[in-house]
Amino acid sequence: MTLLIRNGRVVDPSQALDETLDVLIQDGVVKRLAAAIKPPGKAEVVDATDLVVAPGLIDMHVHLREPGFEYKETVESGTRAAAAGGFTAVACMPNTRPVNDNRSVTEHIVGEAERHGYARVYPIGAVTKGEKGEELAEYGDMVAGGVVALSDDGLPVANSEAMRRALLYSRHYDLAVIQHAEDPTLGPDGVMHEGEFSTRLGLPGLPGAAEDAMVARDLLLVEDNGGRYHVAHLSTARSLELVKLAKDRGLSVTCEVTPHHLLLTDRDVLESGLSTHTKMKPPLRSEADRLALVEGLADGSIDVIASDHAPHHADEKDVEFSLAPFGIVGLETTLALCLDRLVRPGLISLSRLVEVLAVNPARVLGVAGGTLKEGSVADVTLFSLSRQMTVNASRFRSKGRNTPFDGWKLRGRPVSTFIAGRHVVV
Amino acid sequence: MTEIAWQQKDLLSIADLSAAEIQLVLDTASSFREVSARPVKKVPTLRGKTVINLFFEPSTRTRSSFEIAEKRLSADSLNFSASSSGLVKGESLVDTALNLQAMAPDLIVIRHGHPGVPRMLAERVSAGVINAGDGAWGHPTQALLDAFTIREEKGKLEGLKVAMVGDIAHSRVVRSNIELLNTMGAEVTVAGPRTMMPVAVETLGVRAVYSLEEAIRGADVVMMLRVQLERHKKVMFPSVREYFQLFGLTRERLRSAKRDAIVMHPGPMNRGVEIASDVADGSRSVILEQVANGVAVRMAVLYLLSGARQEAGA
Ligand SMILES: [Zn+2]
Repeated sequence: MTLLIRNGRVVDPSQALDETLDVLIQDGVVKRLAAAIKPPGKAEVVDATDLVVAPGLIDMHVHLREPGFEYKETVESGTRAAAAGGFTAVACMPNTRPVNDNRSVTEHIVGEAERHGYARVYPIGAVTKGEKGEELAEYGDMVAGGVVALSDDGLPVANSEAMRRALLYSRHYDLAVIQHAEDPTLGPDGVMHEGEFSTRLGLPGLPGAAEDAMVARDLLLVEDNGGRYHVAHLSTARSLELVKLAKDRGLSVTCEVTPHHLLLTDRDVLESGLSTHTKMKPPLRSEADRLALVEGLADGSIDVIASDHAPHHADEKDVEFSLAPFGIVGLETTLALCLDRLVRPGLISLSRLVEVLAVNPARVLGVAGGTLKEGSVADVTLFSLSRQMTVNASRFRSKGRNTPFDGWKLRGRPVSTFIAGRHVVV
Repeated sequence: MTEIAWQQKDLLSIADLSAAEIQLVLDTASSFREVSARPVKKVPTLRGKTVINLFFEPSTRTRSSFEIAEKRLSADSLNFSASSSGLVKGESLVDTALNLQAMAPDLIVIRHGHPGVPRMLAERVSAGVINAGDGAWGHPTQALLDAFTIREEKGKLEGLKVAMVGDIAHSRVVRSNIELLNTMGAEVTVAGPRTMMPVAVETLGVRAVYSLEEAIRGADVVMMLRVQLERHKKVMFPSVREYFQLFGLTRERLRSAKRDAIVMHPGPMNRGVEIASDVADGSRSVILEQVANGVAVRMAVLYLLSGARQEAGA
């Protein structure tokens, strides 16, 4: 099978590339990048004039909810959402029911993903059995089933001894340990960021220090024990400072931020009239934190943008703010939000965006993709910088409609995705 | 009476009210106070109107105050409480709202443990909704009755120094009072143990201090807050004895306030915890006046909201 993507603006930071080129794909692999390639006989030709051609985007932090919570999302609906949002791959968190802490659950997820084929699915295995924070799960067996990284996301690995063992043992498989960094004993009843707006609303707060303390502890453990450590949904200025410090000291540390932490703050909780679509963990932080994250994204200290796509049923979210579950969806808004609110105003370059959405997630997870170099797997995302879209939650492919961005008008949007050279139809 | 019309469908938060609207409530309450002094304490103002009192948290005080206000206005009122009513037990808030809407009441008075619930309800029912306390966010009728009481005693609100002392972090009374007093031009100081002071408290537009004496020095009004012993004793301060030593209002300490300063408390009081009995029962205390004024202020709110509904319907 041969595919020629013609005349697109190829943006691939993995080879410092940003120019108008044709991309020739054969047998699922990038065969050649060049200007004006003459299409071979039976080639399918895709005209990418005025479009950006990027390595397939990878969202390394999503909750597909299957098995166990199929009323919120399934592998099928979640990967359709991914494809609609311009992602060719997602990494899914293990806080399902049962927890993905063993090979049979891993294989179930992988099997579902293959059956539907909208996006690659890389399961993340639990750090500890049942995400209980105590005994290590069977990493080797899960890796054999398809797991590419470890996390107890939804919960932190709070126990220091368990974290130390996880860092040590994960080294046998070169797996990143992804931490949902939150000291659960600090602000235990919190429902929003502790600051000016929690004070105004009289709501119990989640202090930034709960995240910072956990990140600091983990970095000390990484320094002593090695391992690859990745901070999930980093949300505070101080945690970012700690990560920078650790990078300066040569530790193998990376971090991700979400679009909502880059674009919204705790003020939005008040101004939305306590909409439960502004409730997630970590919570929307202060404006100072937000600005620090944008800066960290621009200066390279933040490695990845991930959505923390967390679908919930409308009935679960349509309740009192304090009782609503944490989390919002993001697969179908992330790319457009980043294009309109980060790239268009010049806060970051287009190539930087592709780096944090494709190149770096592939590197952190240690998976194929994240590049269009000749010989690499032909996962490709096409998107437009000029086409407009209005976010319409009622038309999401995801089962979750819980987004604070409903109704936002955005310029720049996904157009199509290809997995191993095959056009994905959603 | 002030020549402005009441436009609001609901009373959800003091922040939604202008200074003129606050004046209007207080002026209206003045005329209703007279009703409570009559031998027959009843006017036909709300005859034929249905008021539902929906209390998801126990509150004898606020609920009785609303009930009396409703009866004196001749409204048909009925009470639902979370413990006694199948309507709200195990039912989602949205369903509760739909059920209430189907009963077509004119006004709903709601008390709920979670902030924002009165607003959620107001968006879903055509009845006027009165927030009778939501979480630690707001308690607008309490702030209005406090303001009414202060105005009765001092003749004005503007320029007064008001001290509020106690559990600032968890008090809805504090938040609504600060909003109201700031709108009306009073100066507010808050004080309490550091463990019961919210972060960034100054952003509320108050001065925060950490000693009782400093808070009440030169104050016209000293408002003591209830310590929620059941909730906070364990973690927020080591013992009741120590709390009283640090932040209990005694006759001796009250001397640093103005000579004619009044002492207030939203109730129910913990005597010997936040306030000494001789102060609570002393000549400077207006705590029982607050209770009496509460009925008049709630009559005013019920009257104004039902009037606004009539005009909107016409
Ligand atoms: Zn998480």
